[in-house]
Amino acid sequence: MSDYNFAYLDEQTKRMIRRAILKGLAIPGYQVPFASREMPMPYGWGTGGVQVSAAVLTPEDTLKVIDQGADDTTNAVSIRRFFEKTAGVQVTEATTDASVIQTRHRIPEQDLRADQILVYQVPIPEPLRFLEPSEVETRKMHSLEEYGLMHVKLYEDISQHGDIATAYAYPVKVEGRYVMDPSPIPKFDNPKLEMAGIQLFGAGREQRIYAIPPYTQVVSLDFDDYPFQASKADHACDLCGAKDSYLDELIVDDQGGRVFMCSDTDYCSTRRAQGHVGAQGSPIQEDAA
Amino acid sequence: MQAQLLEGGFADLPVDASHTFRAVMTAMARPGDIMDVAGAKPPSPLSTACGAVLLTLCDPDTPIYLGTSHNTPEVRDWITFHTGAPFSDVENATFAIGTWQALPLSEFAIGTPEYPDRSATLIVETADLSNAGTTLKGPGIKDQAQLSLPEQQAFQANAALFPLGLDFIFTSGNRLAALPRTTKVS
Ligand SMILES: [Zn+2]
Repeated sequence: MSDYNFAYLDEQTKRMIRRAILKGLAIPGYQVPFASREMPMPYGWGTGGVQVSAAVLTPEDTLKVIDQGADDTTNAVSIRRFFEKTAGVQVTEATTDASVIQTRHRIPEQDLRADQILVYQVPIPEPLRFLEPSEVETRKMHSLEEYGLMHVKLYEDISQHGDIATAYAYPVKVEGRYVMDPSPIPKFDNPKLEMAGIQLFGAGREQRIYAIPPYTQVVSLDFDDYPFQASKADHACDLCGAKDSYLDELIVDDQGGRVFMCSDTDYCSTRRAQGHVGAQGSPIQEDAA
Repeated sequence: MQAQLLEGGFADLPVDASHTFRAVMTAMARPGDIMDVAGAKPPSPLSTACGAVLLTLCDPDTPIYLGTSHNTPEVRDWITFHTGAPFSDVENATFAIGTWQALPLSEFAIGTPEYPDRSATLIVETADLSNAGTTLKGPGIKDQAQLSLPEQQAFQANAALFPLGLDFIFTSGNRLAALPRTTKVS
């Protein structure tokens, strides 16, 4: 016998989280309160996502964990190892091979299938928090669909600061009802929130779970004079040549040399393995790694 | 009697519960999808699927209302022994179990405007569960789906309450399907 339960959490905690997930799926975009547990990792490391994954995983699952698109950051590696050890699941870096994907701040480039589950780590689940610090008040605003002030503030940000002010965590309206924070994904990813897979969001510190069922309408808030644009760097990936992927910009030498590369490392390496080559080819790959 | 009470739970609780939850979650996320579950052997008239759902989701924090169709000493004892869930009146129930006719729909908690999640989930035991009959549309459904529902009007009225409302799990033998409040039926 190991000294912890399957997937670490005790069964009563899992039942509580599972009930919250079901209500979340029944009320898309609505934040269901849950009693977050201490996890053997700091809050900034995605304890909300980890608890949701723990409640969802079965021993037959294959888990992928990404941190801003990358599988190899300390955060991603430690979460992957945590579930390898506590749930005995297979792990993978390949999006296609994963049945459950836990993510911090990105949606994989490759479209998810109906049999895949995407679990988001969420730092601040409340899209109205920057307007209103009181939870009692934001709950009231959601219940009354009082989103006017939110629109005004968003309009001011966009009209005064342009795209930069709203590049991440760009608010969406789910199924015409709840305004939802999609977590700090780049707004480039927003159109992918309408997908075939099940999307679950977990905020550990704030103790909220919410969900988007497959094929649910998710609309990024916008304005007639500032229509929503899923923007990205106007560049192709220097490693694989992809023109359709979200890019990270890296400074690669002392002379200010730059390279643009896919933020989704699996997408990039899969393309390179297929023979696609970007403008700076493979030598840069060594330096940037 | 006593032996039957002690039996019929999950052989491997964490693993069997994880499988059952995946089935229930998939069903709730994809109204119309019919899922197989296994591992529970509850006393009649509880179905295998209903038993598995109870073992996976119910505990001392979830008051259960038993419809007249399922309110027998054997069922009560089995649920108490395996889940520890208390039995409650209709208004305070988190879960309800019964045939369609045995559940007083209008009396269950539908949530509050600020907490629409504080609503009952009804586990409806049905003789037949198939992808025929009523047409379903809404979140979780690509175009449309079909499910054998006991009627339409009650589900239309429930959907009209959104974001408040009841959520349903239909169980039949070892199979289950679900219908959240978001589904439009016709
Ligand atoms: Zn690339």
